[in-house]
Amino acid sequence: MTAERQYLGVPIPRPRVGFFELSSCEGCQLQLLNNESTLLDFLDLVEIVNFREGMKEAADDYQIAFVEGSVTRRDEVERLQKIRHNAQQVVALGSCACFGGVNQLKNRFGDLEWVKREVYGDYPIDSQEARPLSAYIKVDLEIYGCPIKKEEVERIVTNLVLGKAVNHPKYPVCMECKAKENICLFELGEPCLGPITRAGCDAWCTSNRLACWGCRGPAPEANVEELLAIVARKKMSMERLLDRLECFGGFAGAADTLRRKLKGGA
Amino acid sequence: MKISCEVDVRHLSRVEGHGNIRIAIKNGEVKEARWEVVETPRFFEAMLVGKLYENAPYICGRICGICSIGHTLTAIRAIENGFGFIPSEQTARLRLLLKHMETLQSHILHIYFLAAPDFLGVGSVLPLTKSHPEVVQQALRLKMVANDLCDEVGGRRLHPTRTVVGGFTMVPDKYALAGFRKRLQASLADLMAGAELFATFTLPSFSRETEFVSLQGEGEYPFIGGNLLSSDGVVKQENDYRAMSNEYMADFSTSKLSRLSRKSFAVGALARLNNNFDYLRPQATAIAGKLGLRPISHNPFMNTIAQVVECVQVVEEAITLIDALLAVPWQQARQEVEARAGMGVGAVEVPRGILYHCLEFDGDGRIQKADCVIPTSQNHANIYHDIEELALYCVQQGKSDKEIELLAEMLVRAYDPCISCSVH
Repeated sequence: MTAERQYLGVPIPRPRVGFFELSSCEGCQLQLLNNESTLLDFLDLVEIVNFREGMKEAADDYQIAFVEGSVTRRDEVERLQKIRHNAQQVVALGSCACFGGVNQLKNRFGDLEWVKREVYGDYPIDSQEARPLSAYIKVDLEIYGCPIKKEEVERIVTNLVLGKAVNHPKYPVCMECKAKENICLFELGEPCLGPITRAGCDAWCTSNRLACWGCRGPAPEANVEELLAIVARKKMSMERLLDRLECFGGFAGAADTLRRKLKGGA
Repeated sequence: MKISCEVDVRHLSRVEGHGNIRIAIKNGEVKEARWEVVETPRFFEAMLVGKLYENAPYICGRICGICSIGHTLTAIRAIENGFGFIPSEQTARLRLLLKHMETLQSHILHIYFLAAPDFLGVGSVLPLTKSHPEVVQQALRLKMVANDLCDEVGGRRLHPTRTVVGGFTMVPDKYALAGFRKRLQASLADLMAGAELFATFTLPSFSRETEFVSLQGEGEYPFIGGNLLSSDGVVKQENDYRAMSNEYMADFSTSKLSRLSRKSFAVGALARLNNNFDYLRPQATAIAGKLGLRPISHNPFMNTIAQVVECVQVVEEAITLIDALLAVPWQQARQEVEARAGMGVGAVEVPRGILYHCLEFDGDGRIQKADCVIPTSQNHANIYHDIEELALYCVQQGKSDKEIELLAEMLVRAYDPCISCSVH
């Protein structure tokens, strides 16, 4: 531990942190290793004491726990509760941890037994509906995205370490996209969730000409009704809009309503 | 000497996903030797049912955090094959370039961050930043050029954004590509230095006769599509992948398992290399010779060495691909695709071995049925039987508890398993 380190004359701690994963692709943890130019500085900022994917040593006396993935089995609830017990702060890392992520797509059938049979036939397999961390424990901070954006995580973790406030943008992705002067995806015939999704990704997908699928969940004042009206006015496919709304679980309520409406109309 | 030991590794570290190793030896007799896969299933094949085809690459990419590009490209290939669509030469080149850079970043991650610490006697890459800073810098440079080029071609290194059915949403910048060509040239020197380092490591002299499955090269080292080949002589067409994968369930694994001519087989860098050694580029062949890798190698620890060789292979190929892309003006990034009813299969060599996606569509291109067969799931049974054999080997060699545990861990790591992917 190097407790003597200072920033603007103020001593800065080097917190002990652990990284954990429940049901997930482990991509968000890998994103932390994926910014090679700043990786060594980032590793110096905290003391990593538990990171199974990257190191053999493992300790339980961490102050901050970063948890990736959603809860889909009973033993994961127990692991999560133990992590909550050990840590002072629990951070939900990525869309699976924040909203259930792509894992919750299986919930939409409302028939878990059918889901199991579709993949495993009659072979017995243990699984429950995919839920975010907050369904089981208190979460202190959520970091959104599928995947998370390393630059954003570095900024957030730096703020955490320095004791500064962590504020997520209140405006939608559409603002960031417009500021970049991108061609609007609606003009290219693509239903896009940019107008209702929380910003902070710097319009990552839309700048690559891919519509926003809402992985960061709703902006605080998302006007979903108006988006539905725009898609209807432009005579775009409501089914494609639903695909995006239901993909990551951040818009679960709006997606359920639209799904029922489309089924009823069919 | 009659040894006794208990190895019980829960949630093995420095691998992707969750697996356990259990070995029990009593008075020189192996009582138990198991590889267990305890990962939670996520049910991707069910998630896709009823979805329009365009969802498959986007959702399937999220099966895996390391080879998301491979999954995305395999889903796209399954769809395009199902619709009878043949991508343009430009699209084919860009996809292969993107895939090569995924292979490079994934192999480098495994070679340096996951495997090397065992050979250097440390628990992770962290102490190496102090003891071997130049090695860590080499690894980071290599990983960075691969990931940066993935961003340039695929829009994003993880869960790519530009890769769509019919081509790409946009093409990369040519000046950037020319810059990457220089960086790739320079990275060959880093790879040579890496090979020098690995030449100093002593690999366990363990081997078990194994059947190896990969794509079959035709004139060049295979990566995307083509016939399926086993080292026991089985050859099948891409569409007939089920005859190669033969999936089944067993009580020690939440992942499905595979078998072919024997009780298990292996896929991955060593399988590709064993089956297609003659198609390696000159510098890759030279590195293989330097590291003592000759077909057919039945030593599973050599998979990491095969990855080192493949890093050189993909960098050499990537330079050629960039030259070809720079030589002609950009054509349309994306072509129109027409959905039709039927079935499509994609077989792609991703970092950990051959990956299959099979999708069945209705006339509107809605997915009726999905099947994904993952490289690591094909390897699980082979890892299981390797662990059994390794336990016997350790008894014969009179190894200590600690040595047995380390060797067993190193064996599983050598396969570079992607366990959450295998269960999906």
